[in-house]
Amino acid sequence: MDTWSLLSICVLLGLTTRWAVSLNSYSGAGKPPMFGDYEAQRHWQEITYNLPVHEWYFNTTDNNLNYWGLDYPPLTAYHSLLCGHVASLINPDWVELHTSQGFESSAHKLFMRATVLIADLLMYVPAVVLYCFYLSEGSNRKKVCLVLCILLYPGLILIDYGHFQYNSISLGLALWGVLGLGLGWDMLGSLAFVLAVNYKQMELYHSLPFFCYLLGKCFKQGMAGRGLFLLVKIAVTVLVTFTLCWLPFLTDPGQVLQVLHRLFPVGRGLFEDKVANTWCSLNVLIKIKTILSTDTQLYLSLAATLLAALPSSIKLLTKPTLWQFKLALVNSSLAFFLFSFQVHEKSILLPALPVCLLLGDLPLPAVWFLQASTFSMLPLFLKDGLFVPYAVTSSAFVFYSVYLLSALEHSSEEELRLRPVRRLVCLPRVDLGRIARWTFYLSVAAMAGLSFMSVALAPPARLPDLFPLLVSVFSFLHFLGLLLYFNVVQIAEPPSPRRKNPKKTE
Amino acid sequence: MEVNSNGSIEPCGTPLTHSSGSNWVHSTDFEVHRNWLAITHSLPVSKWYHESTSEWTLDYPPLFAWFEYGLSHVAQHFDKKMLVVQNLGYASPATVLFQRLSVIATDVVFIYAVRECCRSVREEKGSKDLLVRPYFILAALLLWNYGLLIVDHIHFQYNGFLCGILLLSVARHLQGRHLEGAFLFAVLLNLKHIYLYIAPAYGIFLLRSYCFTKDNTDGSVRWSSLSLVRLIALGSIVISVCALSFGPFIAMGQLPQVLSRLFPFKRGLCHAYWAPNIWALYNVVDKALSVLGLRLKLLANLPKASMTGGLVQEFQHSVLPSVSPSATLICTLVSILPAVLSIWRCPRGARGFLRCLVVCALCSFMFGWHVHEKAILMAILPLSVLAVESREDAGIFLMLATTGHYSLFPLLFTATEMPTKVLLILLFTLYSFTSLKKLFRGFLLNTLEVTYLLGLIAVEIICEVVYPLLPWKQTLPFVTLLAKSVYCSLGVSYSFIRLYLSILRPTDKPKEL
Repeated sequence: MDTWSLLSICVLLGLTTRWAVSLNSYSGAGKPPMFGDYEAQRHWQEITYNLPVHEWYFNTTDNNLNYWGLDYPPLTAYHSLLCGHVASLINPDWVELHTSQGFESSAHKLFMRATVLIADLLMYVPAVVLYCFYLSEGSNRKKVCLVLCILLYPGLILIDYGHFQYNSISLGLALWGVLGLGLGWDMLGSLAFVLAVNYKQMELYHSLPFFCYLLGKCFKQGMAGRGLFLLVKIAVTVLVTFTLCWLPFLTDPGQVLQVLHRLFPVGRGLFEDKVANTWCSLNVLIKIKTILSTDTQLYLSLAATLLAALPSSIKLLTKPTLWQFKLALVNSSLAFFLFSFQVHEKSILLPALPVCLLLGDLPLPAVWFLQASTFSMLPLFLKDGLFVPYAVTSSAFVFYSVYLLSALEHSSEEELRLRPVRRLVCLPRVDLGRIARWTFYLSVAAMAGLSFMSVALAPPARLPDLFPLLVSVFSFLHFLGLLLYFNVVQIAEPPSPRRKNPKKTE
Repeated sequence: MEVNSNGSIEPCGTPLTHSSGSNWVHSTDFEVHRNWLAITHSLPVSKWYHESTSEWTLDYPPLFAWFEYGLSHVAQHFDKKMLVVQNLGYASPATVLFQRLSVIATDVVFIYAVRECCRSVREEKGSKDLLVRPYFILAALLLWNYGLLIVDHIHFQYNGFLCGILLLSVARHLQGRHLEGAFLFAVLLNLKHIYLYIAPAYGIFLLRSYCFTKDNTDGSVRWSSLSLVRLIALGSIVISVCALSFGPFIAMGQLPQVLSRLFPFKRGLCHAYWAPNIWALYNVVDKALSVLGLRLKLLANLPKASMTGGLVQEFQHSVLPSVSPSATLICTLVSILPAVLSIWRCPRGARGFLRCLVVCALCSFMFGWHVHEKAILMAILPLSVLAVESREDAGIFLMLATTGHYSLFPLLFTATEMPTKVLLILLFTLYSFTSLKKLFRGFLLNTLEVTYLLGLIAVEIICEVVYPLLPWKQTLPFVTLLAKSVYCSLGVSYSFIRLYLSILRPTDKPKEL
């Protein structure tokens, strides 16, 4: 069949899945007084629509920062302003200052879900399609399968269309950044990435690879000539973009400081709630939060994060290719997720995006990671009443991606690039590919079992948090293992010659 | 690729749509089935067809009532309160969950039937990739049929289950297992009596091609080759199934009551949302003539034709003669006659029978009394089997399926469901066009047909976007439904005529059974 018709069908399938999920409940539905992320987004529309810019990030009588104060960078605020304008055109009650707090209606839900769908359609979906067709390898049929698998990734769908967020905008912009860099348009790529960071500060997880890749490229082109020129161009692009985004706040240094204070709340602890990272899992054995002071915790996490992200960044600096770049994105964001300060479980989407980009090259580990990332957010989905969409989308994703990308057939040792492991571990007779496959089966079965138990069984009275804890520790082990794996793949040998596409930029 | 692996991909889609549907507003059909669960569970058999606490009385044949009875035994583990007859409109989450799960579970029958149909499809030799092999296309067209998805999983009915039995019976005939096919059809008739309309196709086909074992050299029937054994076998199968289903009621002397519930002719000529059939066109012509007559002062005064009021009201026509139930029955029978006669005189094997079946289903849709738009599925699904084998049938299928599916749009009318129905119909239409075009290597529709189908998009935009902005929306709110229905009837009538001509066209030699 025609590639275009297949592609249209896949995109339509992705959109249908998204809309089907969006018909379910959202975060904080019907739960006064604080509600949830849905109410937060609606509140930001109210604030940005009604109040002047210099009051958005400040605690005033009209703007109570304790009730979902704005804690994302200015682009989110501008986007909320735009949505607020549209909302007031349809029904002013939705964004009425003060009186619209906790407003819930089916028409409003339709409006909010529609804003997510439109943002997705404009930002994320085109980026995915362009990436698959211009930056991935294989036949046209394989590229279309890749589009479908990436669009069906359940984590993003459930968070954006279920829980309610706008991750598709920031992740989409980051993907445009990757696209720009991959096609050799460094300035446009940097521009897109800076916009992504200005939309959600968590995109800083991806900043190290972008920085190292561009710097490495400048070095390669020679710091005396073209390299320096490129560096200057990129620096100027970045500075200008930042200035433009922050323009309304630059009039007063107090504004800038307050915004930064809202974006990076260092007053809060090492972690909140159960999240699948090192500190929370370590907390099961040693109560770190009580042993160490907040400052020590901050420094410890900073040191650990940098240490974990360092090897991959240095490797990227020395060898700035697209393949290394993608792996570095995974490694860096996963390192940040596992060791950083105040990480939320939704931040797993940040490593998940680059792993989606690896679906074509390393299908089995990528599917495994993506499945684990969705699983790690299970307690959040249960809280939002999204178990059924979670179960259906995860099963569909595992099934379709393993089948369409032939993940299990391409899981030989060579294709998984496990040769370095063999050299390291010196096990002559063991077939690492087979071990990988069987571990995958067991892992998926365990995830299915735990999911079912979380919803069907009640935890014992002595351990009320048993299931969320089990979920987060189980996911943590997966993430740690996959971090090591992706680091090994990146730092060891480069991809084999047949994969090199002469068209790709160096 | 085995059918198994491909067959396992497709069903993933239906639970997804279905599970999302669990939270939606459910239709009256939901309450209808809940009521029937309650009636069959709580009341003794003698009261089933007398019960009328709810307006949704039991109006399917007894076998379906037994089916609901069986389901009710599972239902009591979900929520006992749904089985109380007095709980009208009861819809707890457990009830919704159970009902939806029951549709998914009975869809297993449909999936099996699709697999059997796909196995019976003829295809050319030669390696092709999976996506353009006829059985894959047929599996996709059937399992992801837009109409079924919308009607069953979103609107709520057991059509998947019933159509599954129909398709299984068709598959058995295509495979030459006629007794099984006949048995399945008898079961189907006793589950939903609307399939009586296609009974003539079965009857004549089985009589002509199964009971008369040999033909003369010119294709006409050889009376001497009547096989009494086969005739008796067929007869006994049909009679025993009917006896099993109706038996208890005949024994209790309730047959007239049951029949009166099964065939309620009190309802109006057209359903609330007009099915795009002949009577929709008839109504519009009548209305137009009456308006014209008033303008030209040819008519003095008219009874107010209230054809658009209410759900099931009767109405009188103003200018043209009013249509009674018996008139529609006669029209339907007359329209079926030529098709049925043609397979008597010139049987073309199981495929000729299938063609006749589709024609009968379409005739009943075009001329029947109180036809629901959902009935178009009875024609579209079997036509899919023909569509993957013949180029001309593929063209007719594309016209009929697209128009028929579009006519189902009014079933889902809330703004929330709008993106879903648009996305799904785009998916199905895009897939059916491109896959069939690739299969038959070339364009299947001529310019006029393509223009008509593109006109559907225009109609939708006008009705949904333009019309609400016009001032007439308040005074003439049903214009959009009318417009859609009339536009679709053109397409459906055109497909009907083409299909009819294809069955009447003489073939070169009669095919073997």
